[in-house]
Amino acid sequence: MSVSAINQGTAPSVMASNEAVDGGVSARVLRAPVDPLLTLGVIGLGVCSIMTLHSVTRGFIPSSPNYYVDRQAAYLIVGLIAMLVLAGFDYTLLRRIGRPLYVAMLISLLAVRVLGHASNGSQRAIQFPFFAFQASELGKVLLVVALSGFIVDRFRRIRERSNTAQVMLVGLVAAMLVIVQPDVGSGLVYLAITFTVVFVAGVPGRHLATLAAVGVAAVGLVLVAAPAMGVHLLKPYQEQRLTSFLHPSTDPQKQGYQQEESKIAIGSGQKTGDVSAPQTTLDFVPEDDTDFVFAAVGERYGFVGAALVLSLYALVIWRVLRIMTLAKDLFGAVLSGGVLAMLLFQVFINVGMAIGISPITGITLPLMSYGGSSVLATLLALGLVQSIYARARATHALKGRDLAVI
Amino acid sequence: MISRQAPRPPDSPRIFVPPALALRAAILGALAVVLFGVLLFRLWYLQILSGNQYLQQANANRLREVPTPAPRGEIVDREGRALVENRVANAVQIAPSELPQTAAGREQVYRGLARVLHMRAGHIRELVGKGYDEAHYAPVTIKTDAGPGALTLLAERQSEFPGVIQQPVWLRSYPFGDMAAQVLGYVGQIDEAELARRGFRGVLPGTIVGQAGLEYYYDSYLRGRPGAQKYEVNAAGEAEPAAIAPTPSVAGSNLKVSLSLGLQRSAEQALLEGIDHARAAGKPASTGAFVAMDPLTGELLAIGSYPSLNPSIFAKPRTKAEYKALTGQGTSEAGEEPAPLTDRATEGLYPTGSTFKPITAMAALEAGILTPQETLGAGTCITVSAEKFCNAGKQEFGNVGLVEALKVSSDTYFFTVGERANAYGDVIQNMAHKLGVGRPTEVDLPNEIEGEVPDARWRQEMNHRQERCEREHPRDPKGKCGYVSEIKQWSVGENMDLAVGQGALQTSPLQMATAYSTLVNAYLNNGNGWKVTPHLGLEVDAPNGALLQRLSYPPQYKVHLNPYDLGVVFEGIHKAASEAGGTSAPVWAGWNQEAHPVYGKTGTAEVAGKVEQSWYMCYVADPTRPIVIAVTIPQGGFGAEAAAPVARLIASSWFGAPKRFIAGSSKTN
Repeated sequence: MSVSAINQGTAPSVMASNEAVDGGVSARVLRAPVDPLLTLGVIGLGVCSIMTLHSVTRGFIPSSPNYYVDRQAAYLIVGLIAMLVLAGFDYTLLRRIGRPLYVAMLISLLAVRVLGHASNGSQRAIQFPFFAFQASELGKVLLVVALSGFIVDRFRRIRERSNTAQVMLVGLVAAMLVIVQPDVGSGLVYLAITFTVVFVAGVPGRHLATLAAVGVAAVGLVLVAAPAMGVHLLKPYQEQRLTSFLHPSTDPQKQGYQQEESKIAIGSGQKTGDVSAPQTTLDFVPEDDTDFVFAAVGERYGFVGAALVLSLYALVIWRVLRIMTLAKDLFGAVLSGGVLAMLLFQVFINVGMAIGISPITGITLPLMSYGGSSVLATLLALGLVQSIYARARATHALKGRDLAVI
Repeated sequence: MISRQAPRPPDSPRIFVPPALALRAAILGALAVVLFGVLLFRLWYLQILSGNQYLQQANANRLREVPTPAPRGEIVDREGRALVENRVANAVQIAPSELPQTAAGREQVYRGLARVLHMRAGHIRELVGKGYDEAHYAPVTIKTDAGPGALTLLAERQSEFPGVIQQPVWLRSYPFGDMAAQVLGYVGQIDEAELARRGFRGVLPGTIVGQAGLEYYYDSYLRGRPGAQKYEVNAAGEAEPAAIAPTPSVAGSNLKVSLSLGLQRSAEQALLEGIDHARAAGKPASTGAFVAMDPLTGELLAIGSYPSLNPSIFAKPRTKAEYKALTGQGTSEAGEEPAPLTDRATEGLYPTGSTFKPITAMAALEAGILTPQETLGAGTCITVSAEKFCNAGKQEFGNVGLVEALKVSSDTYFFTVGERANAYGDVIQNMAHKLGVGRPTEVDLPNEIEGEVPDARWRQEMNHRQERCEREHPRDPKGKCGYVSEIKQWSVGENMDLAVGQGALQTSPLQMATAYSTLVNAYLNNGNGWKVTPHLGLEVDAPNGALLQRLSYPPQYKVHLNPYDLGVVFEGIHKAASEAGGTSAPVWAGWNQEAHPVYGKTGTAEVAGKVEQSWYMCYVADPTRPIVIAVTIPQGGFGAEAAAPVARLIASSWFGAPKRFIAGSSKTN
């Protein structure tokens, strides 16, 4: 264990200057301030996104075929820089401002109700010059931070039922605000985050079992029992979208149409895909730049391309999971767990939607779907994870255990 | 070793990661593995296992086909001269996707096009709207046959007519107008009912198919296979500009028929002359039919019905009333009305008059109830069961033998034979059926009639039908049932009427020609004849003329007749056409009987309330090209007056003899 290693581990933010003085080149590579594989996965997904969107969006605005690609590239670059900056930032400071962040999130979600402009029948974003701010996307990250802080602060009460209930309530309030936008998909992401945070923090198993039972009962009530009694807690189209994957249809009038066309697009990609990608290019799959971008990947690049994208996601999630176990404190572990839940849930539900095994929800595919809010929120969340990685490495180094890169 | 002091942990109080975290992380990891496994397995299923099926669905999604019509095969005569051919016309079409985007721009195109095509702009707008609703991607036909002037103009000023295109289409053309129209038939777009029919299996809606005559009967050969113009469409059903190679159409095969163009044309001319002659003589003749057949093979050399029509009128839709006028449906009696769609040669139902007598004679001879030498028929009339049966014009031929009876057409002779035959059952009826009267001839044309040779069983059936109708309409039997028949038993009188081709006998010129042909080939083959199958189709040829299939219409069965009896009958009808006193001998005056002996029989059918129907049946012998000719002119008068001269003109044309129309004056049947 060299001196420089300890130096770097303890103060990554000043690492560069220290390295310049006494660090070897090999040490610098081995002890990069960020998780290299996680970064590689993120960059790989960014490249896949640009390649896919390049062909999908070429015809959207005939006068400027690169409009969408240029913007997505800008979002990705800005997001990557933000991620690297956050990696050097000490995430533990966030624990103290958890409450203000939560309040800020609630305000931003409410602001969308007041100031937002409607798109596709729901009010989700506030229009700024050059940018439509979609509060629910950033809200996911804020919720992860706030909930983690909240539950860690009250760690002594972790075995109390009321504590679990209170934490769940905090998450539920945010989720409901999103669901009424209406954005059921993001609301489900919030719930997944909340549940995972509670799970990772170490809430007793019986609490989790109760929560799971309540969750199942709620789904049953909203989608089956209440509609049967004539009470629609969701709008009928929302109900249909959530259940139509169970009974696919090619009727363009029905909600399952998009999903069926998406399946056709992906299936017709076969092993290696078809670069002309007629199914998505000719608009049979709507939203193939955003929610259904995976259909474009599947049709254009086939099983090879789709499996590659899934592998990149698996890589990212594996790294996040690993960082969760290495985190130097519970806050970091819970925070990583929340980000992991956010990514895993979104990837599974979005890809599942495109291949017809999960409900149709307006959930984006992280980093792949076109959209600044989603890209930036995802990269900010991963920036926090990188920061946790950096601190963890420092701690382990201090304890005399070197942290292998992989 | 440690040169600097280790930094203080940045956060305090520190909360250490509980060991349970490892387990929970493992659970999360396992969940992630399972979820990714599910996604990958599903992807594998969709893309690798079911990829082909989804690819087909994707193609079905985006590819639309517009059939391009195939040119129909031509119909050519026995020497290969076209009777029905195709004409290429350019249809003016509008491709909705290439029209100007603005409504004003589209209106301008419609108005400009309306001026060029002499249509209303509103009509064009309507057509485009309707077509676009049916299929966004497909071009809409505005006018099928626009004429060369309009087409040139449109081609030259293409920039002024965005979205207007020209598509070649095949139209049926009839170089000889109304010649043999009922036999050739006509074509039209397939309708719902036809689509369901077996013969049209696999035919696309909108295809032009044969609707009548040979066009209908041989449609599967003539039709060809349509090609397809493929279009790529987007989700909204609009055409995308993509070059997809069209599937070319396959032209239909040509049909070679046995008709002889020259004979057909002169026969129709001759029939018209005969009808004109009858009208000049004060007879109300307005219709007629003829059949000329090779008696050995059944090949139809000419066949026609008057009045006729030019089938090209079916290029545009008819109203119901117009169609009824063409078919004669909805009028009291089809035979009376002009009804040019009715092929009187195969669908006409007539009594034949004395042209039936050779059949009666053969029947009686074969049954052994008559010898050629026996003399019968003295007096002007004979009385059977208080009913008088008289010679036409109350003539007196005395007791004559069979040859003389046929030559002068003695009714009293054949009445006597009919009376005698009745005692032996269906002697005459059986012979008539065997020779092809009252039975479908199985000619290769649709809508052939069966006809009727009346007998006791037929009479019973008529009685039943009449009784049933009267039971159903007890109030007004006469009015409701018309007058199907009076209730009576089969009588000897009815058999006597049949013996001279009168009474309830109903047959067509084609059936009579078939019967005479059967007699002729038995006569020529020492009594071993065969019932020929009259037919028109000879060959199916490729568009380049190469033989694809020889059509075969073999005789239906053998007919054995006593050669001596046949000799007597043919002697009788030869004398009738060649010897002084023969019923049609004057008509054949100057005919070279040595080279081409004529065996002919006149007929004058009496139809209640109408002028007599003129008939003539003849066989003109030739070592290589024998011919049987049947001619009938309803309301044309005596057989020798109208029908026989027409038959002579047809024979003249066939053998290249000078054409002379000589109306006979024989007033016998």
